[in-house]
Amino acid sequence: MNKALTPRPQMPMGALPAPFHDRIAAENVQHSWMNWNGYASPGVLDTAEFEYFAIRNQSTLFDISPMCKFRIKGPDAEAVMNRMVTRDVRRQKPGRVSYVIWCDEDGNVVDDGTLFRRSEDEFLLFCQEPQLLWIKDIAWGFDVEVTEATHDLAGFAFQGPTTAATLRDLKIKEIETMRPFDIRDIKIAGKKVMISRTGFTGDLGYELVMAPKDALAVWDAVYAAGQLRGVRIIGYEALEMARIEAGFLLPRVDFISSQTNLRVNRARNPFEIGLDWLVTFDKPHYNGKRALQRLAGVAPKRKLVAIEVSKDKAAHHALVYHRKTREVGFVTSALWSATTKRNIAYAWLEAPFGQEVKDDLWVEIYLQREIEWQRRMERVMIVERPFFVHPRRTVTPPLNF
Amino acid sequence: MKYDAIIVGAGHNGLTTAGFLARAGLKTLVIEKNDYVGGAAVSRELQPGWTYSNCSYVCSLLRPEIIRALELPKYGLQVIPYESGATFDSKGNYFNYSSDHDALRRELIRNNPEDADGYERYARAVMRQCKFIKPLLMRTAPDPTSFNPRDISELLYIGKRFYDLGEREMAETVRFWTMSIAEFLDQYIKSDLVKVHLAGSGIIGTGLGPYSPGTAYVLLHHYMGEVDGSIGAWGFSRGGMGSITKAMALSFQDAGGEIRTGSGIDQFIVKNGRVVGVALENGDEFYADTVVSGMDVRRTFIEHTEQKELPEDFVKGVKRYRFRGSSGKLNIALDGMPTFPAAPKDARFLKGDLHFLDGMEELERAYDDWKEGRWSASPYVDFLIPTQIDPTMAPPGKHYATIFVQYAPYELANGTWDDANREAFAKTVIDKISRHSPDFKNLIVHKEVRSPADIEREVGLTEGNIFQGELTFDQLLFNRPVPGYAQYRSPIKGLYMCGSSSHPGGGVMGAPGANAAREVLLDLGKKIDLGAAA
Ligand SMILES: Cc1cc2nc3c(=O)[nH]c(=O)nc-3n(C[C@H](O)[C@H](O)[C@H](O)COP(=O)(O)OP(=O)(O)OC[C@H]3O[C@@H](n4cnc5c(N)ncnc54)[C@H](O)[C@@H]3O)c2cc1C
Repeated sequence: MNKALTPRPQMPMGALPAPFHDRIAAENVQHSWMNWNGYASPGVLDTAEFEYFAIRNQSTLFDISPMCKFRIKGPDAEAVMNRMVTRDVRRQKPGRVSYVIWCDEDGNVVDDGTLFRRSEDEFLLFCQEPQLLWIKDIAWGFDVEVTEATHDLAGFAFQGPTTAATLRDLKIKEIETMRPFDIRDIKIAGKKVMISRTGFTGDLGYELVMAPKDALAVWDAVYAAGQLRGVRIIGYEALEMARIEAGFLLPRVDFISSQTNLRVNRARNPFEIGLDWLVTFDKPHYNGKRALQRLAGVAPKRKLVAIEVSKDKAAHHALVYHRKTREVGFVTSALWSATTKRNIAYAWLEAPFGQEVKDDLWVEIYLQREIEWQRRMERVMIVERPFFVHPRRTVTPPLNF
Repeated sequence: MKYDAIIVGAGHNGLTTAGFLARAGLKTLVIEKNDYVGGAAVSRELQPGWTYSNCSYVCSLLRPEIIRALELPKYGLQVIPYESGATFDSKGNYFNYSSDHDALRRELIRNNPEDADGYERYARAVMRQCKFIKPLLMRTAPDPTSFNPRDISELLYIGKRFYDLGEREMAETVRFWTMSIAEFLDQYIKSDLVKVHLAGSGIIGTGLGPYSPGTAYVLLHHYMGEVDGSIGAWGFSRGGMGSITKAMALSFQDAGGEIRTGSGIDQFIVKNGRVVGVALENGDEFYADTVVSGMDVRRTFIEHTEQKELPEDFVKGVKRYRFRGSSGKLNIALDGMPTFPAAPKDARFLKGDLHFLDGMEELERAYDDWKEGRWSASPYVDFLIPTQIDPTMAPPGKHYATIFVQYAPYELANGTWDDANREAFAKTVIDKISRHSPDFKNLIVHKEVRSPADIEREVGLTEGNIFQGELTFDQLLFNRPVPGYAQYRSPIKGLYMCGSSSHPGGGVMGAPGANAAREVLLDLGKKIDLGAAA
C-alpha cells in the first residue's frame, strides 16, 4: 500500500466558532446563532429590543471578526486602491478610514466596505463579500502585495454613548483627539489594538481590531471596564435596527453585488442606490469611471429611497403602489424605529416614482392577527437618509454619554 | 403684548398644546409660574452630580403620535424600556415580574403552580379591556346630551366598539369599570404575593384602597401605555422625565413659540364673557383671544377666574370634582448600589420596579391609615434605581433611587406637613426599605422628601393629586372634569383646558394636550398636524 495515502482532513460543515465565541455563548440564553461568512454569529442573546436600547443608551459589544478583510501593501498600494474604488484615495491620509464602494466596468456596484489607511503604502479593506480575486485582478502589474486577512484579524464593534467614558476608564488617551474615521494604534490589556472611530450605528462608537490570539484579553478588559456603564453583548438583530436608523445599506439585503447576481437586470449603480456622494470623477482612471460618467448624466431608472410609512407596523417585504393600484416597487429593509418613533424603511422604486412623483404612494402590509391575515394599505412619504444620527457621534473630544 | 394664543402652565400637556398651536402658525406664549418648565414631568439637580425625576419617574403613556409629530427625539428625547420588577415579602421570598415570557411563567409556577395559567387569563382580560378603551384616548370624548353631529357620530363609534364586544364581554366591561382590583385579581391569581404585585397599578395615585370599587380601571389606565408596541411596558426617559418637557420646550421654541417662566398668572382677564388675556402676579399683562389653561380645573376656575364670569352649575361641578392627594415621593442620591439579600447578586429585576409587601391586607391597612389622616405605617412603595440603566443621572458607580409612596394624606390628623412630619414620613419609608436592603440607609447622600402638600405648592397639583383629579368613573370620559365641559372648552369663550383634569386624564401622556390643541384649532378653522404618518 502507498504509505503517502493518509486521510486528508475533510472540511467542516456549518458555522465555526469565531474568536469571541465562548464569551458570547455564555450570555446567549436564547441559543440563537446565525451563519455569517462561515462563523457562528449571535442573532439575539436575550431580547433584541433591550440589546438595541443598549446601543442607544449605554454600550455594546458585537463581534465583527467574520467580515471579509484584505491587506493591500506595497509601493503601489495607493494606486491600486485608487484604481478600484470610486472615491479619491489620494486624499485619504494615513490613519484615516473611509467608506468606499467599487464598481464593475458597467458602473454597477460590486461591494461596499471600509478602507483603513494604515500608512503611505498599506491599506486594510473590510467588506461583506469575498474580494480577493477582484482586488488581485485590479492589482495586476502593480508593485503591491494583496493578502486575505479575514482569519488573521479578530475584531469587535464597541458602540454606544458610554463607550468613550469606558475607554477613558481604560486610560486610552488617544480617544480625546480622535475624530470620526480616525485610526490609532493603542494597547489594551497589554495587547496591540487598532482602534477606529467608526461603526454601523449612527451613534458614538469605535471598532477594535487585534490578532486572534489577543482577542479574548482585549474583549475581557473592555467588558470588565464597561460594567459600571452598562455594557451589553448584542446580536445581529439589535445591530440591524440601529443600522437601518443610521441610514446604512446592507449588501444582499438592500442591493446585490454585480458579481453575484444571476439575473442581469439586478445589478445596481451608485446613482440608483443613492451613493452618488461616493463617486468622484476628479481622479485618474478607475474601474467603471467611464460608465459612471455616462450614468451621471441620465436619470436613474430606479432608486433606492428612504421612506416613512404611516401607522406603526413595519412594512417588511411590502410592495409599493402608486394610487393604491399600480405596482412601482418594493421594500428591502423595514423597521419601527424605537428612537424616532417613526415607521421607516428603504424601498426600490421604478422611475419616475420616488424621483419626480412622490405623492400618492402606498405600501401593502400584510399582518397576521391571531391566524387571520389582514391587508393594509399605508401611506408612504419619501424622506431623507439617515433617519437618525445622534450629535454625540461626532463631538470631539467625545462626551461621557 | 398681543399673541394668537397663550398657554398657562408649562406642564407636559401645556407644552404639547403649545407645540401644536405654534406648528399651526399661531403666535403662542407659554406662561409658567416656576423658574423651570415641566410641571410634574421635571428633572432637577438638587445634589451636584445627581439628576432626579422629581415627580413622575417612569414613562409609558406618552403617546407615540405626539413624540413623532413634535419631533421630540430630534430635541433629545430617548425613552428606554426596563425589563422587569419584583415584590419582596417579609419572609425572604419575592415575586419577579419579567417581560420575558418564559422567565415569567417559571416564576409564577414557583410561587403557585396554577398561577402561570391564571396569569395568562388575567393578561388576556386586561388586554381586551385595553383594546376597547385605548382608541378613545386620542379622541375628544362625545357629549352624550348633545345633538351635535360630531358628538352623535363619536357616540356611535364608541357604541359600535362596545357592541362588537358581544354580550358577555359587554357585561364584563361594565363590571370591570366598577370593580375593585382585589376582586378582579381574585378571579385569576392564587398567590398573595403575585396578587399584591399586580395590584399596585390599581392604587397608584388614587385615594382608593385595593378593595375599593373602581381600582380595576386605575390599573387599566397604567396599562394603556406602551413602549414601541409593547403594550403595558414602562421605560425611563433618558436624563429623567424632565427630558420630555425639555424636548417639548425646544420643539415649541423652534416652531417660533415663546416661554416666560418665573411668574404665574394671577387672573384670566375676561371681558363680556370672553377671555382676552392673562394678568401675571408680577403685574405683567399679555393678551390673546385664545387662552388655554394647563393647570388643574380647580386652580383654573376657582383660584384664577372671577366667579361672576362662570355659570353656577359649572362652579358647583368644579367644586365637586375630587382631588384627594394620596401620594408622596422620595428622591434619594446613593453613594453606591444597595444590596438586597433576598435576591441573587446581579439579579436583573433589581433594574426594574421594586415593592415590599406581603399581601392585599397590608395594602388595605396602608389605605386605612390614609383615611385616618396618617401616612401609611407600612406603605406601598414603587422603588426604582434608574441609574442602573440610565448613565446620565448619577456619577458612575453612584445611584439615584426614586421612591413613590402610597399613601400619604394631603391633610394630616396630627398637624401640618412641617419639617418634623416630613422627616418622620421619610423615616417610615426608609425603614421599610431597609428591612429588605440593610445597607440602603448608609448609602444615602442626599434626599428630597415630597408630601402631597409639597407637590401642590411646587407643581400646583391641587391637594397633590398626581392625576389632576381622581380617575374614577364619575370623573372620566364625558364626565371629565365636569359633565358638559369634557371637550376642552369652558363656559368662557376663548378659554380652554388642556391639563390632566380633562379627558383622558393624568399621567405623562400628552393626550389631553393634543386633544385640546385639536379643539382650539378647530374653532379657529384650522387643523391639527399630527404628521403625515399619523
Ligand atoms: C409624585 C408624582 C409621581 C408621578 N409618577 C408618574 C409616573 O411615573 N408616570 C406617569 O406617567 N405619571 C406620573 N405622575 C403623574 C403625572 O406626572 C401628571 O399627571 C402629569 O405630569 C400632569 O401633567 P399636566 O401637564 O397635566 O399638569 P402639570 O404637570 O401639573 O402642569 C401644570 C403646570 O402649571 C403650572 N402652574 C400652576 N399654577 C400656575 C399659575 N398660576 N401660573 C402659571 N403656571 C402655573 C405648574 O407649575 C405646572 O408647570 C406622577 C405625578 C406625581 C406628582
